[in-house]
Amino acid sequence: MSDRNAILRDSLAIGAATAAYGVSFGALAVAAGLEPLQAQALSGLMFTGASQFALVGVIGAGGGAIAAIATAAFLGARNMFYAFHMAPILKVTGFRRLLAAHMTIDESTGMAMGHEDSVVNARTAFWSTGFAIFVLWNGGTLVGALGAGLLGDPARWGLDAAIPAAFLALMWPRLSTSVARVTAAVAIGLALIATPLLPAGVPVLLAGLSSVGVGLLYQLWRPARTPPTVLP
Amino acid sequence: MIWVTVLGASLSCYVLKLLGYVVPQHVLEKPAVLRVTALIPVGFLAALLAVQTVAGDGGALTIDARVAGLATALVALLLRAPFLLVIIAAAATAALTRALGLMA
Repeated sequence: MSDRNAILRDSLAIGAATAAYGVSFGALAVAAGLEPLQAQALSGLMFTGASQFALVGVIGAGGGAIAAIATAAFLGARNMFYAFHMAPILKVTGFRRLLAAHMTIDESTGMAMGHEDSVVNARTAFWSTGFAIFVLWNGGTLVGALGAGLLGDPARWGLDAAIPAAFLALMWPRLSTSVARVTAAVAIGLALIATPLLPAGVPVLLAGLSSVGVGLLYQLWRPARTPPTVLP
Repeated sequence: MIWVTVLGASLSCYVLKLLGYVVPQHVLEKPAVLRVTALIPVGFLAALLAVQTVAGDGGALTIDARVAGLATALVALLLRAPFLLVIIAAAATAALTRALGLMA
């Protein structure tokens, strides 16, 4: 099988896995109080899973617009670094650059990084993974959002427990270094302390941003010569 | 109000993606910036999972079936279960815990 066909097959496989995950996003978004069209707008326009789950989580917990937007944006900031990595490989301008930006997510960048032996292969991997996931993630969201309405009370089905489980599963592959595990522990501790004291949404921002402090302290203590990879 | 949040957050996330294609290469390529950026998702996901597991009405900390669900998710991840299975196992545990009247 040629490189190109192998890459296209892998992209579809990742997309199929993402579809199942899109179903859970659609269902959880509606359970948190969004309309199906709002869940669909997030998958179509925001198109970055962790930020979408975060936004839904903050809204569901009664957080305000600013806290919700800030949380989604901080989680989405890593995409800027993916874009930064992809820019010299893709060399896109005009409309294609706008489209490439939209497709710049964990999976498309990760697949491209896996094929950097050839620029052509890296580009094929980026675009095919981006498009496959866009279509299947949105299809999954539609099924989940419409299906959730049929379920009734979300707590009866344990959907409120599925949300923190999703965050844990998203965080899991990023815990490979000790500094990452310390960051997680500090954030969890701060979140638990701040939750009874501050308005909904603020504890997440405060605890989440503690990662910046931990990262800077660690950088002072042990300066990284080779930059750590942003991908999990 | 939810629409404002949805569209505002979507625009913010898109602008961040686009910025990576337009800023000059030397601006972001600093070890401290890369270090912090790798940790920000960990901090936010940890904060979110903590709050979503124990926050009750008005911010009071509560232990209910969500904790049982999260514990199951942790075991599933340790057993290298795929994403969807982790979520389903957590939801099923919480639903079962409630159905049996073990936890609220």
